[in-house]
Amino acid sequence: MASMRDIKRRRASIQSTGQITKAMKLVSTVKLQKSRTKAESSKPYFSQMYETIASMLEKTGNMHHKYLRSGAAGKRAVIAITSNRGLAGGYNNNIVKLIAASPELDPIGTKVFSIGKKGRDGLIRKGYEIAEDYSEIINEPLYQDAADLTQELLAEYGSGEIVEIYLAYTSFKNTVVHTPRLMRLLPFDKDAAAATADVQGEPKSQALMNYEPSAEDVLDKIIPKYMSSMIYGALLEAVASENGARMTAMDSATNNAEEMLGKLDIQYNRARQGSITQELTEIIAGANAIG
Amino acid sequence: MADVMKLNVITPEKQFYEGNVTMVELTTTEGEIGVYPNHIPLTAVVAPGVLKIHEEGEEKKASLISGFITILPDAVTIMAEVAEWPDEIDFKRAEEARVRAERRLASRESGLDELRAEMALKRALVRLGLKH
Repeated sequence: MASMRDIKRRRASIQSTGQITKAMKLVSTVKLQKSRTKAESSKPYFSQMYETIASMLEKTGNMHHKYLRSGAAGKRAVIAITSNRGLAGGYNNNIVKLIAASPELDPIGTKVFSIGKKGRDGLIRKGYEIAEDYSEIINEPLYQDAADLTQELLAEYGSGEIVEIYLAYTSFKNTVVHTPRLMRLLPFDKDAAAATADVQGEPKSQALMNYEPSAEDVLDKIIPKYMSSMIYGALLEAVASENGARMTAMDSATNNAEEMLGKLDIQYNRARQGSITQELTEIIAGANAIG
Repeated sequence: MADVMKLNVITPEKQFYEGNVTMVELTTTEGEIGVYPNHIPLTAVVAPGVLKIHEEGEEKKASLISGFITILPDAVTIMAEVAEWPDEIDFKRAEEARVRAERRLASRESGLDELRAEMALKRALVRLGLKH
């Protein structure tokens, strides 16, 4: 049995760890509330944006446009949104796993645009090539950041450097449910869009849409906006998910620490009782020897 | 004229405006347009300009810098990347931006991104135009 001093030391160290995890939990709870409000208040924009684009493409039929063609050979790009800090349970690792497990994104033919250090490091370990790192963004995402990133990606897309753009992020459902998600931004996934539209059961039998100046020009202008808003929305949701994940992780860490403290308490008491008993035995034995 | 339509103005940050209106005026890349209810379906790209919202008996103004608009007979949706009510505009900053842009345009130095300077000037002028 461990000595009383050892147990005491161990107990103190667990206690201070528990204090830290508890404090971190409280911090991420506050952060979660903030980021959650932000993510929720901007949600209408993204869902509306997605719907508009989807219905636009549906009505325009088989238009030949550079943002719609697919099947070209070339590199793929993926925007991987993770966090700069760990201690958030499986949050970062889930994104890395999601990317590594998807058949379209093999390490050789994929360029990674990483937002978040943890995901970047994880992907490097898996053998991915990091084209650009924007880890600063995730600390405080601005719409402008998303717009800048979009411009860069579209320039590469336009020049044929990359042929498909994916977005990997953790979507935020509620405080405890956040699911890693991989979606294709470009070329626009008509089938997936149609599927979501069907689920919503919206009447799609509206009159033919007119475009000013022309459908192609409007698409040219709107697709970048669509992309930046998707990226921005993903950033906001990712931040909320990160804090949610950290909160849950820290909560269970605190619980574990408390549980361990309880066990150590019992062990400590036993050790103390043991040493007292031993002392008594020794004294009695000593007294007997003298007497 | 009691004919109204639903107007929805959404920015990435928040729901900017939602309500029933009798007319909306704004600037698109093709020029200024006014939209009454029962307009034909139309999608257009927004250019920097003033957004005028005519409610029944009231008129509201806001700056609308970029985004796009989807018009349906009974509803108008503006997806605005940047939009502000007059009391949200930093007029001092807009004034400075105007001066900067004008100087840049006047200097005609080489490597000048003329289009960008012009856009900046336009934005500043729209914002300043809302000052009372």
